[in-house]
Amino acid sequence: MNEPLLRVEGLRTRFETRGGVLHPVDDVDFDIRRGETFTLLGESGCGKSMTALSIMRLIPAPAGRIVAGRVLLGGEDLLSLPEAAMRRVRGKRVAMIFQEPMTSLNPVLTIGEQIAESVRRHRGLKGAAATRVVLELLDAVGIADPEQRQREYPHQLSGGMKQRVMIAIALAGEPDLLIADEPTTALDVTIQAQVLALLRRLQRERGMAILLITHDLGVVSEMADQVAVMYAGQIVEQSARAPFFAAPGHPYSRKLFESLPEIEKRAQPLAVIPGAVPSLARAFTACRFADRCDFAWQTCREVVPRWIRVSDAQAARCHLLDAEAIQQAPEHAPRPPAHLAQRQRTPAPVAPLLEVDGLKVHFPIRHGLLKRTVGQVYAVDDVSFAIGRGRTFALVGESGCGKTTIGKSILQLIRPTAGSVRFDGEELTTLHGERLRRRRSDFQIIFQDPFSSMNPRMLVGDIVEEGMRALGLEPDPARRRARVEALLDQVGLPRDALRRYPHEFSGGQRQRICIARALAVNPRLLVCDEPTSALDISVQAQILNLLQRLQDEMGLSYLFITHNLSVVAYLADEVAVMYLGRIVEHGTVDEVLGNPRHPYTQALLSAIPVIDPSARREVIRLEGDLPSPARPPSGCHFHIRCPHATPQCRTHYPAVTRLGASHTVRCFLYEADDAAEAGC
Amino acid sequence: MIKPVILWTDALVYLLIAAVIAFAWYARGREHLRAPWARVLESRIAIVSLVILSAYLAVALLDSLHFRPALEQRGEQAQETYYSVEVLSALDVIARPLKERAEKTYSAPFATRLYAREAMEGPDGVTVWDYPRLRHGGAHLADPDAGRAGDIARRALGAAAAGGALWLLLAALVVAGIARARAEGFTSTLARVAAGRTRIPWRAGLFAAGLLIVLAAAAVRLAGVYHILGTDQVGQDVFYQAVKSIRTALVIGTLTTLVMLPFAVLLGIMAGYLRGWIDDLIQYLYTTLNSIPGVLLIASAILMLQVYIDTHPELFQTDAERADMRLLFLCLILGVTSWTGLCRLLRGEALKLREVEYVQAAVAFGVTRLRIMTRHLLPNVMHIVLITVVLDFSGLVLAEAVLSYVGVGVDPSTESWGNMINGARLEMAREPMVWWSLAAAFAFMFTLVLAANLFSDAVRDAFDPRLRGG
Repeated sequence: MNEPLLRVEGLRTRFETRGGVLHPVDDVDFDIRRGETFTLLGESGCGKSMTALSIMRLIPAPAGRIVAGRVLLGGEDLLSLPEAAMRRVRGKRVAMIFQEPMTSLNPVLTIGEQIAESVRRHRGLKGAAATRVVLELLDAVGIADPEQRQREYPHQLSGGMKQRVMIAIALAGEPDLLIADEPTTALDVTIQAQVLALLRRLQRERGMAILLITHDLGVVSEMADQVAVMYAGQIVEQSARAPFFAAPGHPYSRKLFESLPEIEKRAQPLAVIPGAVPSLARAFTACRFADRCDFAWQTCREVVPRWIRVSDAQAARCHLLDAEAIQQAPEHAPRPPAHLAQRQRTPAPVAPLLEVDGLKVHFPIRHGLLKRTVGQVYAVDDVSFAIGRGRTFALVGESGCGKTTIGKSILQLIRPTAGSVRFDGEELTTLHGERLRRRRSDFQIIFQDPFSSMNPRMLVGDIVEEGMRALGLEPDPARRRARVEALLDQVGLPRDALRRYPHEFSGGQRQRICIARALAVNPRLLVCDEPTSALDISVQAQILNLLQRLQDEMGLSYLFITHNLSVVAYLADEVAVMYLGRIVEHGTVDEVLGNPRHPYTQALLSAIPVIDPSARREVIRLEGDLPSPARPPSGCHFHIRCPHATPQCRTHYPAVTRLGASHTVRCFLYEADDAAEAGC
Repeated sequence: MIKPVILWTDALVYLLIAAVIAFAWYARGREHLRAPWARVLESRIAIVSLVILSAYLAVALLDSLHFRPALEQRGEQAQETYYSVEVLSALDVIARPLKERAEKTYSAPFATRLYAREAMEGPDGVTVWDYPRLRHGGAHLADPDAGRAGDIARRALGAAAAGGALWLLLAALVVAGIARARAEGFTSTLARVAAGRTRIPWRAGLFAAGLLIVLAAAAVRLAGVYHILGTDQVGQDVFYQAVKSIRTALVIGTLTTLVMLPFAVLLGIMAGYLRGWIDDLIQYLYTTLNSIPGVLLIASAILMLQVYIDTHPELFQTDAERADMRLLFLCLILGVTSWTGLCRLLRGEALKLREVEYVQAAVAFGVTRLRIMTRHLLPNVMHIVLITVVLDFSGLVLAEAVLSYVGVGVDPSTESWGNMINGARLEMAREPMVWWSLAAAFAFMFTLVLAANLFSDAVRDAFDPRLRGG
């Protein structure tokens, strides 16, 4: 099978915007063979989605246009086809699934109708025959009870189910090539594991090729046969999977690996890629990565690097690999990263700064004309923990488990239904009005989305000083300004930022502004609600380093809310794993991540795509989705998905079992041991 | 000697103008406020509409400078000045000949004779049944039937030439202004403007202004000796009425908004942000108000006011003040019935924004609720307010015409397009038909509403974040 299924040659797409003409896809070549998975890896804005849209000829016209190149599908150039013929290719021979399953389905049609539409179009089947194929497809993508499900509407399905339906629609035409644009980015890790396994199985059964677009090295490692790394509109490295993970060729690829947070890197700052992705509006006359590369020398800034073959399976676009160019290179050792000083981790538990005890947050569900309460959403149900001074406490769990609600109820943005929140010995839940307002400078929050967490109509300077003004911390305007400038220095932003608007900054810079805003009121506790999950890997590393440094310098305590366990491994001292409003396992990072005891923690850890193939664990597949917190299952909430469930689990919620000095778990599997020990 | 009179609506119009100027001054230094307006000005259609709207606005402003002229005194009474009971405006002074040269009854546009036959005594003493000459329209012509077309053409061309010269002067000033602002040569700037290669489409704007100036010059010149849009039943010049109606329309279109905005913005944001019983109360209020038929509410309010005015003549010194009070009250009642739509929109937007993270962050900082509403919510819903206001304007101008037609609009003595249409409805049934009153009102109203609609389209395109992008 030497003839590739899809061959892309010299593809160039241009985009006209207010800011000038961009080339998001600039001279891209690659081949995809039948039955293989080809992954395009890159950070946001590098042009990977645009490449996929160009192949499908779905570039939004008239702003965007494909200006050069060929896209050969089985020898036929898609770019020269008339639009009518192209419509027969889309869905039939090349199908596509998107990142956001919530918006890709039409909310007013049942999923059966939506799949049937595709079946009718591409296979010409009608009536009972079409319905049969729909049921087969639903069965193929692992949806239980297809007969019933095909009559349901998209809103009745969970995110993972919707993505399965999208895959079923894509499969309806029996395509040769499936383009999957970040298919699992919007999903939780346990669901992501399900969807990736599904894609692998379908590929094996049907022999289709997959073009997988992702920013996640773990996903690449699990899925890819071939890897292409995109940077600023170009493919900078292409390789088979094994050599890529063994020895990435391009300095950019290497940096991506180094900037991943991992437990082994705990003691040191993460490597970062300095600077930002260059604007695609400018013309490139040299290496696109030269400005951010540790190895760059004169040639890199003057000459465009050639495409160099390292081996049969690996090639990259870098002067370092070019035998001719490297001769002119100065004798150089790679520049050492800024500071690799060993961090002093705060030892031994200290007096807690924040104590949460029996916290409950229930939201009433109201119905009918008189808005009677007909039920409760048990968002947070009896949660207790404590955070020591200068320590980092991580709350981990899938979306909908109530971790954000805990963060907000500690800050009293949501008033808890029951339980106590004591900050430095003072009870916050009973504070009101002016007394609560004065206490607010002690605890601050950093949000996930750096784009919606700042008022777009305020200057950065006003945003940062808003807290100081509201709390009357620095009444003198000149001194306040000076403090804002000092804060901007501290988080690594230029001082002229304060007279600019938030939209002028990139995601990472905005997150720095948010951190500066929170620090302005001298807090002692920062609630970080997924502060890096909207950011690229290299930017995430910058923000994590910044948070580490601030903790060392100012002795801050962090409540770190995240679903990313590698960030937890890198940053946190203690971890609590949440499932459906309750903490199921709690301990130090080493205890919980090194020796997970609760079946949910084990499944969660095994579901994370791992980069190192030797470290790959057997994935414990969890069936189904997170149940609704409005109707939690009886007994242990996890029992319907738990591989070890016993009859006892269905009727009783397990009590806390102490496994070590700080390691606790709520599971019947360990209760017996505990009881036995107690009995001795 | 004159005595300035500031009517209620005049005061509000000045206030509105002052507010607009103050906002422009404030927005100058704020990029997020300035940028969308700069985008509006980049559109050719918006510039042309803006030129037309400014012409209307200029007329309305001239018509809003009111005063009472002193009466001529004789003899020993000279120490004390008495003022006329008639309130005039600057526009009236300019257009005095139009107002005073009334005919007996209908006459067609540019006519020299009346539209109705009359018994006349001829020079030879014989009574003839014929169309008499007009007292003023075309009175300067010796032979009206032969010399009229030539006379009109001559005067129109002369006026157009004068208008053209005026326009050249204006264009030169504009180009010189651009050249100065960019520190560029006059000729190179001129070439750029002429080729249409400027960011703001000056060429389109100047073109529209030129057309308008030439038309206005010709109209002014001809209106001096003819009734260019004919006369109505009592011989009043229709062109004069149509021009005088501009102020009424603009006052209704803008002041109503001024009345409605505080309700809509304040209540809408409060309902959306504060929730709870305040939200319930405000929702019930606007739902109730919305379910009362608007025309009935307006009719009853206006009729009640009319009764009040009639029973308290001592409160009003002049007829103009009485008419003005009714106009103002019409604005008020239209405002009261039309704030609910915007209020509902803003409540929805505030509901969305209160969950946005920057508002949450502000709460976490202990920022007060009032400050959150003014600093965080208000600026972020302003684009909706603006789009609604501009879109509503043309609707209100049309609403005035409809209400006056029904008889619950402005005072019958106030010139307005609605009153003109109301007066013209029987004329359409006449034989031969009298079409010019209706046509004049229609043409003036159509131009204004079209310009306002096109302008509001451009504003919406520039302000609506969903339409931006790319």
